Amino acid sequence: MLEKALKGSKGYAFWIVALLAIIVIGGIFYLQQLSYGLGLTGMSRDVSWGLYIAQFTFLVGIAASAVMLVLPYYLHDHKAFGRITILGEFLAVAAIIMCISFVIVDLGRPDRVFNLLLHPTPNSILFWDMVVLSGYFLLNIVIGWVVLNAERNEVPPPGWVKPLIYLSIPWAVSIHTVTAFLISGMAGRGFWNTAIMAPRFLASAFASGPALLILFAYVIRRFAGFDAGRQAIQSLAKIVTYAMVISLFFLGCEFFTVFYTQIPDHMNHFIYLYRGIGDGSNLVPFAWLSGITGILATILLLVPKTRNNPKILGAACILVFLSLWIEKGFALIIAGFIPSPMKKIMEYAPSGVEIMITLGVWALGLLILTLLYKIAISVKQELEL
Amino acid sequence: MDESRRRFLKIIGLSTLGLSGTAVVEAFAADKADRYLSYEQAFAGKKWAMVIDLSKAAQACDGCRNCIDACHRIHNVPDMDLPKNEVKWIWKDNFEHAFPAQTHHYLEQNYQGRPSIVLCNHCDNPPCVRVCPTKATFKRADGIVAMDYHRCIGCRYCMSACPYGSRSLNWRDPREFLNETNKEFPTRTRGVVEKCNFCVERLAQGLMPACVAACKEGVLSFGDLNDPASDVSALLSKHHTIRRKPHLGTQPRIYYIV
Repeated sequence: MLEKALKGSKGYAFWIVALLAIIVIGGIFYLQQLSYGLGLTGMSRDVSWGLYIAQFTFLVGIAASAVMLVLPYYLHDHKAFGRITILGEFLAVAAIIMCISFVIVDLGRPDRVFNLLLHPTPNSILFWDMVVLSGYFLLNIVIGWVVLNAERNEVPPPGWVKPLIYLSIPWAVSIHTVTAFLISGMAGRGFWNTAIMAPRFLASAFASGPALLILFAYVIRRFAGFDAGRQAIQSLAKIVTYAMVISLFFLGCEFFTVFYTQIPDHMNHFIYLYRGIGDGSNLVPFAWLSGITGILATILLLVPKTRNNPKILGAACILVFLSLWIEKGFALIIAGFIPSPMKKIMEYAPSGVEIMITLGVWALGLLILTLLYKIAISVKQELEL
Repeated sequence: MDESRRRFLKIIGLSTLGLSGTAVVEAFAADKADRYLSYEQAFAGKKWAMVIDLSKAAQACDGCRNCIDACHRIHNVPDMDLPKNEVKWIWKDNFEHAFPAQTHHYLEQNYQGRPSIVLCNHCDNPPCVRVCPTKATFKRADGIVAMDYHRCIGCRYCMSACPYGSRSLNWRDPREFLNETNKEFPTRTRGVVEKCNFCVERLAQGLMPACVAACKEGVLSFGDLNDPASDVSALLSKHHTIRRKPHLGTQPRIYYIV
């Protein structure tokens, strides 16, 4: 099936070359970071994780959201998802590769990354993150590929893949739960130290991932002439709506707990994020932009008239993605470090190098996604001819 | 796909699975170290701790950097160019920053802004050790939280987990920022985390930690909590002492006399 990724229109070739160019540019900046050290980034002694780890956190959510297609399709026989479940699985594959790449570009000594395997440490949540992420990657690539191959040969998928499909459902929940535990399990960081972190992560993931899938479905219809189907899009839209409402509710729970109890170690981070402390207000416009776009998107999604309009639905999905990307892909990680344990306000902004490397990793993810989608869609279109 | 390629891919896939599987199995079989007979004079059983006398600090620490300089010199701690890249093992901060929960509007005038020496607390229940994914940071039998600079992958999980801000990453090559190098202690490479090691290398030679030896004013005291005759045991029995952020359950081994 791989050969299908090699044949395509001029536009397809141009897109691939453009992505490759961005990957190469990102790679050059990464080499620079390797030789100089992480001092080239905006991170500091006080804000010791930045854009890379935030992107990692966000993308684990995108990966986990494949379950929002797998579960209705395989457990509830929701036939409308038959055409696009593979798109969810392949999105998970690409997202996990991005996650792993973001962790690696964030390491001070990437040459020692295999110490994770040489000296496995079960008391570290990072160990479990490695286990669940690699497992989820394998599950999705195997399931996606085998099911697609069976479809191409017009035979039912082999029996052994069914248990894997069922396993992938709780496994999707596990990857985002473990990633939430990574940050919620630290007593000294009041912003993250909340039991609702894992549920919050899952809710926002199940909004941002399916929103992205709707947008991809639009792109694919436009450029590849493959229609996901109105019903599939509308089902996804309802999932985004529910998840977005739950996500906002969870954020509200955080606000109540933090501002009603007024424990400074927890509250100061929220004050920094939404109002700024002293001169430190880098994140304030982003935090409000995330809040406003999130609420606006939820209203557009809740009202059936706007949700049923494909154009407005697309706009709402862009707003959902933007809102949650800012929240989880940036603010949530950074604000956890400000103020510091010594009450210092050391602000953070990503450096140019950091942004270029981040774009390179996104281009890598999009390249893998494009190739996988090209294969999947070519197979499906051949069958329909 | 032809049959041989398919078989090749299957073998590759299965071996990758097998490799990661052994890692998980090994992880649970690990922790079999320390199965040596212990040397009679070994440190086993000791509980090292430090007492810092803040009542003396107001005068003694004003303008004095003896402990900091001594520590940073013998441990090859670099003097970085930018504050964001800073590496420090022991430093001075305000009372209010070292003890945010103990601060209030009516704090005795002379405690406001009082210099407080801070360093790694060598917690009895260290969160940094709990989160480290490679055991590069670990707790020794004598309670010292130590680091293996050759194993650290620079993920900085420990920096996030430490509630005292005691850890630094080498954001750049630290060797470029050393005026002189102490050949008896390793320098570090860029990309690894480091922190105070309670002078394990000096304790092994029967010497007091460098900061304690350098402090002429008696602000810093060091000793074994298991030994009732030690300086620290004597000070702890006589004075009311506090620790940084005790509510987090980390059980710091640095005690402060107020």
